[in-house]
Amino acid sequence: MLGIIDYGVGNLFSLKSSLRSIGAEAVMIDSAEGLGRVDRIVLPGVGAFGDAVEKLRRTGLFDAIKREAASGKPILGICLGMQMLFERSLEFGVHGGLGLIKGEVRPISEVIPAGYKIPHIGWNELDFKPHPLFKYLKRGDCVYFVHSYYGTSCPSVIATADYGAPLTAAVADKNVMGCQFHPEKSGPVGLSILRAFCETGG
Amino acid sequence: MLKKRIIPCLDVRDGKVTKGIKFKGNADIADPVELAGFYSDNGADELVFYDITASAEGRAIFTDVLKRVAETVFIPLTVGGGIRTLDDFDRVLKCGADKVSVNSGAIADKTLIRKAAERYGSQCVVISADVKRQDGGFRVYGRGGRDDTGIDAKEWIKYCVGEGAGEVVLNSIDTDGVKGGFDIEMLNEVCGSLSVPVIASGGAGSVDDFIRLFREVPCADAGLAASVFHYKEIAIPDLKRALFESGIPMRI
Repeated sequence: MLGIIDYGVGNLFSLKSSLRSIGAEAVMIDSAEGLGRVDRIVLPGVGAFGDAVEKLRRTGLFDAIKREAASGKPILGICLGMQMLFERSLEFGVHGGLGLIKGEVRPISEVIPAGYKIPHIGWNELDFKPHPLFKYLKRGDCVYFVHSYYGTSCPSVIATADYGAPLTAAVADKNVMGCQFHPEKSGPVGLSILRAFCETGG
Repeated sequence: MLKKRIIPCLDVRDGKVTKGIKFKGNADIADPVELAGFYSDNGADELVFYDITASAEGRAIFTDVLKRVAETVFIPLTVGGGIRTLDDFDRVLKCGADKVSVNSGAIADKTLIRKAAERYGSQCVVISADVKRQDGGFRVYGRGGRDDTGIDAKEWIKYCVGEGAGEVVLNSIDTDGVKGGFDIEMLNEVCGSLSVPVIASGGAGSVDDFIRLFREVPCADAGLAASVFHYKEIAIPDLKRALFESGIPMRI
């Protein structure tokens, strides 16, 4: 059973539907207690980093997620959910994250050349390393991005996308994984990544 | 490298897809859920749905259609038509829309974009404008292209982006439905220096029109069309292949 963390930010309709379409049974988790009952966790998110972390803390999910991650349960952070896996973010001040992935989240404006639009919105090619999440991918496959911040100073990058500079597109450290793009909005390629996550060990 | 996007637009009335010529004389042509699946399977990078019903009953049918699309199609969905309040944003976002496009609603309530961007984030808020040549300039038209608002298009778009709109759809009334090509002049004039993505709409009639769009309008991130796709005059896979071979970055 897969659990989608529901902490009141963003719209989980597409994520639920996309998981259902690949035959993955998912339940919504809005409390620390619920987290123990699932064997795989998806941490979604849109909006601002500070608000989202605050909401996770208020529901007790912040510590529960760290506990489950330490126990080896597979976790996939998506978009802001991936960013929250990092140690800290510089979005509107400095905010601490879950610290499950080494590195920090900074504005893409610091690395992309002038003239590139912000946010980085649209389909971009994944430049990926071999990883179980990408077992169904082929070179040149594209996924859908919407973001203005990116993960950096990170030794766990497994994929980047070129937007005038290589931007972190996915990270993984053992059972903790994250993607900056939206697999639930990336057509068959995205669904294959979700499927691969459902098939990772644990 | 970021790809240019090809976006079919589905005007939905009473649960069916329609396409008007110059906003008049709509004819029903297909089931939107079926058509959305077809486009998604055939390389569409995103879908735009416009609710062109006015009645509450039509609106309920539309949200049901949207929900069914979002359950089966996993590419970005933008929804527009009749969006006037934050409740309207809420209604379509809950049914699986990723972005909400406002047009007349933003003209009627100049604070709508800011309020929506604050609540849902800029990535969610699309300003769509119907633009027409008037007295030597470009004007914004309201109510589905029927009323001259007297507002200068360039000023309006700048204002909306400043308020938090994260993407811009520019539809040329002068070229819409004519199939003689996108309105290159208007697009460059109105959104040449914008910092957010621009979706060009109105006038696509051939593959060459799309090639010209992306070559001659550097600010265009996407090309949107309806009837040429609905009537199968252009097949999206062929279009994207031709664009790719012309050196335009495409998701193939």
